Amino acid sequence: MKKIVAVAGNSGPKVRSDCEISLELKSAGGIDIDLTSKVNVLYGESIKKLVVEILEVFGIKHASVKIDDSGALPFVIAARMESVVKQLIDTDLEYLPEFLEENNYTSTRDRFRFSRLYLPGNNPGLMINAGLHSADGIILDLEDSVAPEKKDEARILVRNALRQINFMGAERMVRINQGERGLKDLQAIIPNNVNLVLIPKCESREYIIKVENEIAAIKKKFKIDNKIFLMPIIESALGVENSFNIAMGSENVVALAIGLEDYTADLGVTRTFEGTESFYARTRLVVAARAAGIQAIDSVFSDVADMAALGENVKVSKSLGFEGMGCIHPRQIPVIRKGFAPDEAEIEKSKKIVLAFETAQKSGLGVVALGSKMIDPPVVARAQKTIDLAVRLNMLSHDWIDQLPSDEKQAVKE
Amino acid sequence: MPTKTVINAAGRSVPLEINGQPVVPFKGVGKYKPEGRKYAPPIPTCSDYPDDGNKVVSSLGEALKRCGLKDGMTISTHHHLRDGDLVSNKVFELASQMGIKDLIWFPSASFPCNDPVIKYLDDGTMNRIEGSMNGPLGRYVSEGKMKGTAVLRSHGGRVQAIQDGEVRIDIAVLAAPTADSFGNAKGTSGKSACGVLGYAKADYMYATKVIVVTDNLVDVPCYPMEIEGNYVDYVVVVDKIGIPEKIISGTTQITKSPDRLLIAELTASFLEKSGILHDGVTIQAGAGGTSLAIAVFVHQILKNNGWKSKFGFGGSTKYMVKMLEEGQMGYILDAQVFDLDSVRSIENNPNHIPYPVFNAYNYHSKGNLTSMMDIMILGATEVDLNFNGNVVTHSDGYLLHGIGGWQNCLHARNVILPIPLFRDRIPVIVDEVTTLCGPGELIDVIITERGIAINPLRKDLIESVKGSGLPLKSLKELKDEAEKICGIPQKPQFDDEIVAAIKWVDGTIIDVVRKIKNQ
Repeated sequence: MKKIVAVAGNSGPKVRSDCEISLELKSAGGIDIDLTSKVNVLYGESIKKLVVEILEVFGIKHASVKIDDSGALPFVIAARMESVVKQLIDTDLEYLPEFLEENNYTSTRDRFRFSRLYLPGNNPGLMINAGLHSADGIILDLEDSVAPEKKDEARILVRNALRQINFMGAERMVRINQGERGLKDLQAIIPNNVNLVLIPKCESREYIIKVENEIAAIKKKFKIDNKIFLMPIIESALGVENSFNIAMGSENVVALAIGLEDYTADLGVTRTFEGTESFYARTRLVVAARAAGIQAIDSVFSDVADMAALGENVKVSKSLGFEGMGCIHPRQIPVIRKGFAPDEAEIEKSKKIVLAFETAQKSGLGVVALGSKMIDPPVVARAQKTIDLAVRLNMLSHDWIDQLPSDEKQAVKE
Repeated sequence: MPTKTVINAAGRSVPLEINGQPVVPFKGVGKYKPEGRKYAPPIPTCSDYPDDGNKVVSSLGEALKRCGLKDGMTISTHHHLRDGDLVSNKVFELASQMGIKDLIWFPSASFPCNDPVIKYLDDGTMNRIEGSMNGPLGRYVSEGKMKGTAVLRSHGGRVQAIQDGEVRIDIAVLAAPTADSFGNAKGTSGKSACGVLGYAKADYMYATKVIVVTDNLVDVPCYPMEIEGNYVDYVVVVDKIGIPEKIISGTTQITKSPDRLLIAELTASFLEKSGILHDGVTIQAGAGGTSLAIAVFVHQILKNNGWKSKFGFGGSTKYMVKMLEEGQMGYILDAQVFDLDSVRSIENNPNHIPYPVFNAYNYHSKGNLTSMMDIMILGATEVDLNFNGNVVTHSDGYLLHGIGGWQNCLHARNVILPIPLFRDRIPVIVDEVTTLCGPGELIDVIITERGIAINPLRKDLIESVKGSGLPLKSLKELKDEAEKICGIPQKPQFDDEIVAAIKWVDGTIIDVVRKIKNQ
């Protein structure tokens, strides 16, 4: 036995949807539960029942449990209970809440990753409705947003969240810790249908291979067939220099992300809005990602109150070749989505190019021309990509050609 | 003592007697029409008042004595000083010192700053409160500690009760940020400025005795007077009637919660897509963080379409003032204002017009402003599967809020309730509301972060948003979704004892609150 009293979770006037549990093991006297809860009248009995059930699973017969609850959902209470138990006894047992059927979806290599919302891994209040905000991905973060002494309890909470929270189609992502702790994180999360793992402060191809092997072993053990993609985050000078090798580290690497706070710290320079200090790193990363045939994802924008500045930032980011950006507040999502999506003028221009190409194909012409301008194949390819994007974002109907008035088609044909 | 109860038209078991007085059970919306003549205060004679018009007396205690304060009287106050009110509690402190018992406090609303009156309920100075009870006061009542039974009325219902003589105010003690020695008073200037005094009108017109308490005495005439000195008996000058920063928020803020913003966005989108937001629209929204966000989104929609709202009804905030000043709203009518921008606006802008609830919400008025509103944005603590709403108790059974103008506002053309599907873990949509405050037939749309439910009675609204892409769901679907996340809650346990009566706008009893059972 390590110690006899353990505490997990959060309480306090500002805490919502969480609880703080302290557990003291006793040698006799059965289970004593002292519950303070703002939902006591409505859920007091079910909370106590859950606590008793969990203690039973771990074979604890005599204990005193103190709960300070601010409306925690059952999966949160279960995570906090498991955390206190595991501080006191060595066990491989887990108390797993039901895995919701609707969480059983997979992802694809080339899906959009415009916006991915970071959620602190030990803050359940922010997780519950995260799926409502239509982010392309939701990141349950075990790394920088979790205090060192809270790492173990966050891992259990994130595991339960993956089972119990419906993120409504957002790509299910977890940012693991660095080093050995990160490998331990994988043990908890991989069996719970993670679509993508973010690997922070990545500096070498070897580390990617190590993570990849670890995941493969867990997948084998749990007989998991689903693809689990990787997104290394480049946050240092060495990482930038090795970015292409990292991108090529595994076929499951689908994107490279850049983390500019740590990168600028590594360089010993200040991060500015203009970003001249990180221009090389960002373009280098974009080129590495392109060369490897994967997406390049930009760093988060930290001023959550300034949407205009975020919009500007996205514009620059897109012009450099990035295809997405991290978010730290749900209100950033629509701004980022709009920024990376093609605008009306781009779509209109692309439509004309694609139409001219189709017309030329039909009439057997080898050369595509729009007005007096010759159009090269790469231009056509880029226009087609914009059109595909517009269709996938519901900005354009998939049968847009059929919907055109015939004279407009005619005009393009001339 | 067991009380005889009947089932009212809303299916609720209600008593036939409250505080020893017979009461009428709810009969249905617009069904109850009392006859006879309005109540009137005793006839005064001007020669009984000083010829020089100076009604100033030395202290509030002196004024109360001269008013003949005695056991069992009804004392009214208004809530324009909100959480910064220093006058109401003082009245009962003085009464307690004078050994007075069993007073009935009839405030237009109470705030946390009024929690100290609990000691006058404890020592017998006060028998009961007929008005709103928040936080600790509500808890006190729910635990059955108040001697009399609380009576909760809407703002309009309060005026109705005064006008038809159901409540007879013996002494109205009216705090006034600015007043003259004759008793003329206003709310717009002085160190305790609160904007308007829209809730004091019925009190000063119908009370037997009226005391104006001010900390800013000006020369006669205090103009424009919202309280007319001809109705006033005594004027008391004190150092401070209120704490300015608690009277008016320097600035009201829209919500920062991403979920609430989502609800606001969805609401604005519903208003636009259903066509109920249009050029010439009349609109009322509250001052809560979500309502303010809705106001901002609505403003943008009006702007984008080149539309203008004919008028808006306050309590106004800087967001409504912005619509007025930027030309997207013709007029603001206001019974109260919430922030400094609104105070500035109502003082200086002729199109920002004080409009007392006396006229806007009153059941005994010849027509009602609320029924002229196209869009009404309201809240609720609970809504049930029949669209019935609760605003006074929480699902745990505790009385925690007043009705405010909520019931009165239900008479608008389109009543929209943007509410979160669950608060912390507590589902907002329930099988049956804990306390019925408003019948479902008057509630049209529930907008949550997880979907929109339209009252099946509003076939026109359902039709208007077909194919709009809005996430339409039934209340049952929303309730099931919440319960899947939160779990199915237990029911609170009540004793038989009735601790509060909930009045409908016409003075009938729509429901009661019962004492929480001891755990």
